[in-house]
Amino acid sequence: MRPIESFELPSPSKVNYLIAVYGLKSWLLTKDHKRIALLYLGSITFFFFVGGIYALMIRLELLTPQGDFLASTTYNKVFTQHGIIMVFFFLIPSIPATLGNFLIPMMIGAKDLAFPRINLLSWYIYLLGGIVTIYALLAGGVDTGWTFYTPFSTTFSNSYVVATGLGIFINGFSSILTGLNFIVTIHTMRAPGMTWFRMPLFIWSHYATSLIMILGTPVIAITVLLVAFERVAGVGIFNPKLGGDPILFQHMFWFYSHPAVYIMVLPGMGVISELIANFSRKNIFGYSFVAFSSLAIAVFGFLVWGHHMFVTPQSVYAGMIFSFLSFAVAIPSAIKVFNWTATLYKSSISYDTPMLYALGFIGLFTIGGMTGLFLAALAVDVHVSDTYFVVAHFHYIMVGGTLMAYLGGLHYWWPKITGRLYPEGWGRFSALVIFVGFNLTFLPQFVAGYLGMPRRYHAYPPEFQVFNVLSTAGASILGFGMLIPAIYFVWSMRYGRHAEANPWHLPGLEWRTQSPPPTENFETTPIVTWDAYEFAPPEETEVVGTLRGEYDRA
Amino acid sequence: MIESHAATPEIHGHPALQHHFENMEQQREAGTLGMWIFLVTEIMFFGGMFLAYTLYRTLYPEAFASASNHLDITLGAVNTGVLILSSFTMAMAVYFTQTGKSRPQVLCLILTLILGLTFLGIKAVEYHQKYTDRLIPGKLIPGAEFTTDPHAVHLLEGATLKQVEMFYYIYFAMTGMHALHMIIGAGLLLYLIIFSLKGRFDPEYHSPVEVIGLYWHFVDIVWIFLFPLLYLLGRHLEHH
Amino acid sequence: MSEHIVSVRIYITIFLVLLVGTALTVWAAFVDFPYGLNTVIAMTIAVTKATFVVLYFMHVRYSARLIWVIVGSALFWMAILFAFTFSDYLTRGVLSTGS
Repeated sequence: MRPIESFELPSPSKVNYLIAVYGLKSWLLTKDHKRIALLYLGSITFFFFVGGIYALMIRLELLTPQGDFLASTTYNKVFTQHGIIMVFFFLIPSIPATLGNFLIPMMIGAKDLAFPRINLLSWYIYLLGGIVTIYALLAGGVDTGWTFYTPFSTTFSNSYVVATGLGIFINGFSSILTGLNFIVTIHTMRAPGMTWFRMPLFIWSHYATSLIMILGTPVIAITVLLVAFERVAGVGIFNPKLGGDPILFQHMFWFYSHPAVYIMVLPGMGVISELIANFSRKNIFGYSFVAFSSLAIAVFGFLVWGHHMFVTPQSVYAGMIFSFLSFAVAIPSAIKVFNWTATLYKSSISYDTPMLYALGFIGLFTIGGMTGLFLAALAVDVHVSDTYFVVAHFHYIMVGGTLMAYLGGLHYWWPKITGRLYPEGWGRFSALVIFVGFNLTFLPQFVAGYLGMPRRYHAYPPEFQVFNVLSTAGASILGFGMLIPAIYFVWSMRYGRHAEANPWHLPGLEWRTQSPPPTENFETTPIVTWDAYEFAPPEETEVVGTLRGEYDRA
Repeated sequence: MIESHAATPEIHGHPALQHHFENMEQQREAGTLGMWIFLVTEIMFFGGMFLAYTLYRTLYPEAFASASNHLDITLGAVNTGVLILSSFTMAMAVYFTQTGKSRPQVLCLILTLILGLTFLGIKAVEYHQKYTDRLIPGKLIPGAEFTTDPHAVHLLEGATLKQVEMFYYIYFAMTGMHALHMIIGAGLLLYLIIFSLKGRFDPEYHSPVEVIGLYWHFVDIVWIFLFPLLYLLGRHLEHH
Repeated sequence: MSEHIVSVRIYITIFLVLLVGTALTVWAAFVDFPYGLNTVIAMTIAVTKATFVVLYFMHVRYSARLIWVIVGSALFWMAILFAFTFSDYLTRGVLSTGS
């Protein structure tokens, strides 16, 4: 018997965290990290749809070369708000606040996070930030680009910069509190025997993410606050007319916003490590390398922000340093990709929906990462900066990377979270549709950008139309593809087949308790004597095959 | 290295033990660690403003010296002393809680609060002086815009009024943010005083006192840097 | 990790050291030191005072190594912010872009 199997599965009981207490108050005042994760899931999904509507408007406008659907000032607001909502209200909280909140205590054998009330507070703060931002959008919107470059944002823009800035400022505290909670939990609440190197890589990624949240978010907070002051006070440190320097804003803004992209992708990488190891039934290759690479990304990610400023008056000397370091920061990411691939080699892969997303991630993240290297080269960046090349690059990482990982993780842990199985056939179908739609949307944008199409323009020269038509077609397919899980996830909560404690037959600690888990996660605290991905040797495994037989045909 | 803790049967614990912790020790460690991490965010938060200060001081040294010399060094120095004393009384409050002496504990907390409020009062006096001198930058106070009188502040060679305004903007941003943190600290102290009077803290459970103490000391440290950077930078150039 | 109780004597000593430091920095502010040393002296005194507060009032001297790492990291990260930003400002015009 493998050591993990010595920790007995509980006898199924009727009570789980979803039904332990009833009533709206029991949800809105909950201290249970699992319920808070679901609260986040709902609100994050809402903001995703808001951001998605803006995306739809962008792609509709860009179908034709003329600016005929939206006025240019409106278009400015649309792409700005698409960026702000997606970055701050979807991508940054997505995996940590939903999957992280739900799984971190379970994966380390704890009953909850270190500070449950602060966890709930972080959700309310997130909502408050969201409400203030939505107010700003409805009152008239903001048109500065999600990057808020000065002095346009401080002096010349006539839009709701202050209100939006305030919304982002407030939201930052949600991020900080989440990161704080995770770090303290991982340090102080691991079950007996759960050493650092027995933890799942999902935990390592979230630890690294939390470090970035703690160290970076305060700087964007003060930056956004100073922009707001400057607009209100009419004096400032970012306006050249008043003796200030707009590049100071960019330094301070990007000091956070570059590490922010690692906040967005690291949790996704953590999910992928889980998916790759578990769906190939093999211990992750190079566990410590993958673990340390997460920390390396968190540290190195803070040293490269100037690569967003190559085409500003930033000194060439500094540009060279930032360029070199930007190449260096790709190395830990590459290490992960190599290790995931090595894990797949000679393993027993099952092509379930989560694995499809994981495989998609590896390919798409590699493309996104490589194009990032192109951008890190000073000479190349001068030409493709502020073109659609950059737009395609970061969407490959954000959507092809993080969103795929998020969807993969949601599918993987859905039985644990809800106690229901999603329809596997529809899962695979939508994963493929999303993959095709995504590539059709963003691959043409690399070409368009390379050929010179600028970003943030509502009209463009007619020679770029073919790429835009392909891109909009792809976006429609992508949108359709994402609607399908939205529907069947909701459907499964009522009509999906009930899941057993360990429907995938995997060794992780979270699978050693019932689905859905009881409020205190485990009936007795585990004493951990096993490693994270202890799979039985092939001789001992009964052939489980794919799980198609276990799922309803929808 | 903080180790994880062995499970102990939770039959009864201290009434302040929360259900998801195994014992008071773990709870205390988590609380302390949590506050330190929060202080890291505060360091980075103020760090952004120190960055702006450093940049503009480098760019406009004469203007910054001129503007700094116009600040009231006596009030600034007294405030520094007040805050240092308050850090001392706060440390003593923690000491008395650890040793179970509740009367001196409450006394020290009250003293800390009074000193904190004193600091804020002196700050208010200073701010008022700036208001009457029309040195509040830009249009922050409508009707009391920044002065255009070139003799409002004794300008050293090479300094312009616009650059002096930049100093005062940074001065108000930094001391204002600091004062906001002091106000929050005062609120936290009030909470501590009330709960100390209710006998909530004892040698086994006094994490809130310790942790709020850490916060208070941090706010003191910020001022330890603000005082020389804002008040003292140009004094050696004064030729009185 | 059991709690260490710092003695009253240490607290009083540190308090007096801080007051002396404050007096010293005010005095030094009026003396015109050469080579721009005024700033260096003021910052040295400030850093020393802050160190005493951190080590003794905030008990870091008696705390777990993790706390030392945390404090160190915060200072290091601020240093990154300063160093890299100033690597830009201090080198503008150093390398010609040919224009």
